[in-house]
Amino acid sequence: MSRPDSVPGNGRPLLEVTDLTKHFNVRRGMLGRSTGLVRAVDSISFGLEAGTTLGLVGESGCGKTTTSKLILGLERPTAGAIHFGGRDVLAHDREARRDYRRSVQAVFQDPFASLDPRMRVATIVAEPLVINAEMDVSTRHRRVAELLDLVGLPERAATLYPHEFSGGQRQRIAIARALALSPRLVVLDEPVSALDVSIRAQILNLLTDLQTRLGVSYLFIAHDLAAVAHMSHTIAVMYLGKIVEYGDAETVALAPKHPYTRALFAAALPIDLDAPRDDVTVTGEVPSPLNPPSGCRFHTRCPFVMPHCVTEEPALRIEAGRQVACHLYGSTP
Amino acid sequence: MSAAVIDVRNLQTHIVTRWGTIKAVDGVSFALREAETLGLVGESGSGKSMTCLSIVRLVPRPAARIVGGQVRLDGDDLLAKTDTEMQQIRGRRVAMILQDPMSSLNPVFSIGMQMREPLAMYHGLRGGAVRARAAELLASVRIPSPEARLRAFPHQLSGGMRQRVVGAMAIAGPPRVLIADEPTTSLDLTIQAQYLGLLKELQVRHRFAMVFVTHNLGIVARTCDRVAVMYAGRVVEIGPVRRLFTAPSHPYTQALLASIPRFGVRQARLTAIAGQPPDLATLPAGCAFAPRCPHALDRCVTEAPPETAVGPAHTTRCWLNVPA
Repeated sequence: MSRPDSVPGNGRPLLEVTDLTKHFNVRRGMLGRSTGLVRAVDSISFGLEAGTTLGLVGESGCGKTTTSKLILGLERPTAGAIHFGGRDVLAHDREARRDYRRSVQAVFQDPFASLDPRMRVATIVAEPLVINAEMDVSTRHRRVAELLDLVGLPERAATLYPHEFSGGQRQRIAIARALALSPRLVVLDEPVSALDVSIRAQILNLLTDLQTRLGVSYLFIAHDLAAVAHMSHTIAVMYLGKIVEYGDAETVALAPKHPYTRALFAAALPIDLDAPRDDVTVTGEVPSPLNPPSGCRFHTRCPFVMPHCVTEEPALRIEAGRQVACHLYGSTP
Repeated sequence: MSAAVIDVRNLQTHIVTRWGTIKAVDGVSFALREAETLGLVGESGSGKSMTCLSIVRLVPRPAARIVGGQVRLDGDDLLAKTDTEMQQIRGRRVAMILQDPMSSLNPVFSIGMQMREPLAMYHGLRGGAVRARAAELLASVRIPSPEARLRAFPHQLSGGMRQRVVGAMAIAGPPRVLIADEPTTSLDLTIQAQYLGLLKELQVRHRFAMVFVTHNLGIVARTCDRVAVMYAGRVVEIGPVRRLFTAPSHPYTQALLASIPRFGVRQARLTAIAGQPPDLATLPAGCAFAPRCPHALDRCVTEAPPETAVGPAHTTRCWLNVPA
């Protein structure tokens, strides 16, 4: 569950996302005429305190990955704002943008794809230092040794190539590279799903320990809801580009309110045979984001759908200690 | 166990590589009755998929070879069949559903075309009868407007729908045994829940025995009657799901269950399993888990533990459970 040792924030969150929106034009034919608009991320807002973890969950196409790309600066948002440490990162201030890029790093799902097979581990881990930090060679060597030690790899790993490591060890190399510039936020996009079950706990523990030691924040994206609940302090549930539920990890995971969150966590199949289970199931599939349903985007699959769900889009409202966007909960705070 | 639909005994499959012979499947035994489901769990390289491929004799030849054991389907030993006889058995008496539906479906033929071939070949259906039967099969896996879907190509369907098409083709037999190798791994959670429900429904209707390969223990807890835990080519523990989950006997099973995050259980850190998955080319003489085992004895390194009963229909391979 959410870890008890949460680090108190200093008032303003480290990362503040406000009404973030990303639309993609769908172009067809030779002239590339725009034939539609995918609302991949549609006006979402959330905050992330220093030293804490935000879990982002939802099924494919919900906008998790687009959100992470927007935060990593790999995509420009259509609208909305991203503040990091109080500074607007979308403003055209080159110095601020460079600082931001150093402060935000990523670890991806597949350590077989994210590490260059022709580079030695020392070169891989040192690359961000070469590009972004003015360091002489011996300082860099020391920093690489320090980073490898930090992620639990032996010093001799520096001279080897990625293929000489197992999946779990490769993910450690990717984590060392991500930490090279002492970032304040690391985006973890499915960091353990490509790994063997017996190795996952090692990597999750490593990430927990690193957070405790370095005070780094994580944006944790994963399909494994039990792992998300374990790692996160807060959880945001996305559906078709919208956040439908957002709040304390334990509150959301153990007592979900939004019908979609309830169905999602009911489908997560715990290994405890006698664990109480929510019996909310949803039918059908996620509709196309090209033409999302009117009103509440979940109304086509919702077992509790009401007439006004079809016409009126619910706003996020505080309900039982978290935010929910659902007409079932009508009371205002 | 005379009522067993499928009875696998001491199955052994070896792979010859540059680094020596790998015992990918090393003496696997289990039996399943009608409508019973066995979960086959283990990490990559533990031999789960190779066991399944050995049952239908589709191991990649010539590198891999089934070198011993028996696979009895309603009493018939499949390993003694000719290749031609096996062709009549695969897809009819034993069917398979694989992880990625795109690799089971041909992208350049419509769903109807692909379903026609086995229906014509195995069931001797012709013309309109083929079409009607194909539509009926699609309807039975709850694909909406099945008639229209027959004209669709695989890329026009969602992942969940494609996997339903594969399911429809698998139950055409209907099979006596369905081997499902990670059938829901590529699906989203709510779609996975729908698909697992569908498989159960089909099993109740057709009463096939099911071998369900997965690394997701939550799926095993909800869908299987029994579970076999594989490690380095061997079944290290096999037993009824409830027993194995509440009273795991093998240290590997115990460690695996302990390493998984649980809802509602506050833990600052998880109980990780030390070390790395084994390298099958350089296995120790004794128990393959010994190098990672917190309880390893001297004997574990040198001598392989025998299969020992620890409860009703529950056996394990660990020296800790062998009475002195």
